[in-house]
Amino acid sequence: MDLPDYFAEYETSKTGIAMEPLQQFGPFVSILLIFISAAFTDNILLARFLGMCSCLGVSKNVDTSVGLGLAVIFVTACTAALNYLVYRHLLVPLGLEYLRLITFIMVIAAFVQLIEMVIERLSLTLYYALGIFLPLITVNCAILGVCLFMLNKPYGFVQTFFFGLGSGCGWFLAITIIGGIREKIDESGLPKGLVGPGITLIIIGIMSLAFVGFSGMIRI
Amino acid sequence: MTSILLAVAFLAGIGLLLAALLILAERKILNYGPCKISINDGARELEVQGGASLLSGLAQNEIFVPSACGGRGSCAYCKVRVLEGGGPVGPVETPYLSPKELEENVRLSCQVKVRNDLLIAIPGELFAAKRYTGVLERKRPLTYDIVELRIRLQEPDGMDFLAGQYVQLESEPYKGRDAVMRAYSVSSAPSDRNHIELIIRRVPDGIMTTWVFDYLKEGQTVHFSGPYGEFRLSETDAPIVFIAGGSGMAPIYSILKDMKEKGIRRKAVYFFGALTQKDLFFIDDLKKLEEEHPWFAFVPALSSEPEGSDWKGKRGLITQIVKEALAEASTHEAYLCGSPGMIDACIKVLTEGNMPEEHIYYDKFT
Repeated sequence: MDLPDYFAEYETSKTGIAMEPLQQFGPFVSILLIFISAAFTDNILLARFLGMCSCLGVSKNVDTSVGLGLAVIFVTACTAALNYLVYRHLLVPLGLEYLRLITFIMVIAAFVQLIEMVIERLSLTLYYALGIFLPLITVNCAILGVCLFMLNKPYGFVQTFFFGLGSGCGWFLAITIIGGIREKIDESGLPKGLVGPGITLIIIGIMSLAFVGFSGMIRI
Repeated sequence: MTSILLAVAFLAGIGLLLAALLILAERKILNYGPCKISINDGARELEVQGGASLLSGLAQNEIFVPSACGGRGSCAYCKVRVLEGGGPVGPVETPYLSPKELEENVRLSCQVKVRNDLLIAIPGELFAAKRYTGVLERKRPLTYDIVELRIRLQEPDGMDFLAGQYVQLESEPYKGRDAVMRAYSVSSAPSDRNHIELIIRRVPDGIMTTWVFDYLKEGQTVHFSGPYGEFRLSETDAPIVFIAGGSGMAPIYSILKDMKEKGIRRKAVYFFGALTQKDLFFIDDLKKLEEEHPWFAFVPALSSEPEGSDWKGKRGLITQIVKEALAEASTHEAYLCGSPGMIDACIKVLTEGNMPEEHIYYDKFT
């Protein structure tokens, strides 16, 4: 079986355009730009609509939103970097790029489980505070999304890490704002049919309109 | 062909690698080593392997903390005080702990993981609780939905308990239902230490009672642990009010037999509440006790008996009957056994009759 090398194809066709603005800057500025674009212009929750189910479930108040958000930041940044290494140094040399999906999922699941153990050992308070959120992250599609998107970008290891970090921060920002709004909205009377996920989806829709304003600010 | 093999080998390899990593991590990170558990100011010291729950750690050392749900954190029977080393209270426990219990460091022992040395306090009687094996000697229906089980103890062959205490009966798995443990008060007298009798009412769809009613046969081996519970006669001379309905009769029946045998002659009146005549049992025995002993009075009352039937006793809700019979109860002691609703209603009536709350002892079905 001869499968196309997605990575190489991408580099020749599109990266020429994509890399251009980045190459004007030094390494630090380019990392900053990657971070900001991942967090704002390409916000994973509001622009790409990923990680929606855990967002709907958990964004009832700010506290839980912050808890899950922080966990997502950490896991996204680390798994993006880990999966980058796995992809570049295992999958590509072996010609097994088409196994990236299942490989990434396994790496993410194992990593989350490892983190769960470490947190249980280090801080029981944090362990209880995160509770079910931590295992939930395993199936948070935002994290898998970040790992897959990074393949389409010509990033190096450090850049990938900051791309993951930025995406995580964007998700954190979005769910925290949604949590805050939902807390406020709980106090006001809502039409019965809108209570819960209904109004949350409307909030997310309006917020993503606001985030459209960022689009085009940075193109990388 | 090679590409398929390569893919399979790669996936298997990475799966193995990750699994090995996790196993290693669990050994390294979650290894708490042997931990010491010191109970009741050093009355007993145990050493258990860290990582398991406190409940199972105690059970391994033959200290049977009652538990009906098998460690899932839903029955809240397994409460113990963890004075040191318990860590923060988990989210599963909080709904079951009152502010007072939280202050006293009460925890659900099934939810406390042994991670370091612990200092705990348990009721002293739990040291005496053991796991028993017995044979079901007799199973007889008392009413259409209540049976009495008589169990002969085999291993150990005798149990010392106080009238009013309960045991945890263990069911066996059947038809996809797991084995469970449920608490039942002993209805026989402590003097017969080779036997216990239990009174069990069928709960529709109940895992345990379905097993008892439909699967358990005479001659079968049964397991239980015990004795447990603080429900027992106080050592005062105050006149006694017993209130119980249905299978709540069990601990009171045991206490009455014990009083008779030991020659305790405190004044006692037993209000027995039921719906109709077919819910009554042990009536002849109790009537006989009433006739033979001037200190005892038995008052059965039916709340839903049809008008004009041959019932000669009292009619009405048990709370109503108690209220009429006992307008002034400040010197009495009350012993209640039944559903939470019935107990709360009775406590209200009794306190209205000026009975101090600390004179009211109760055993709530949960």
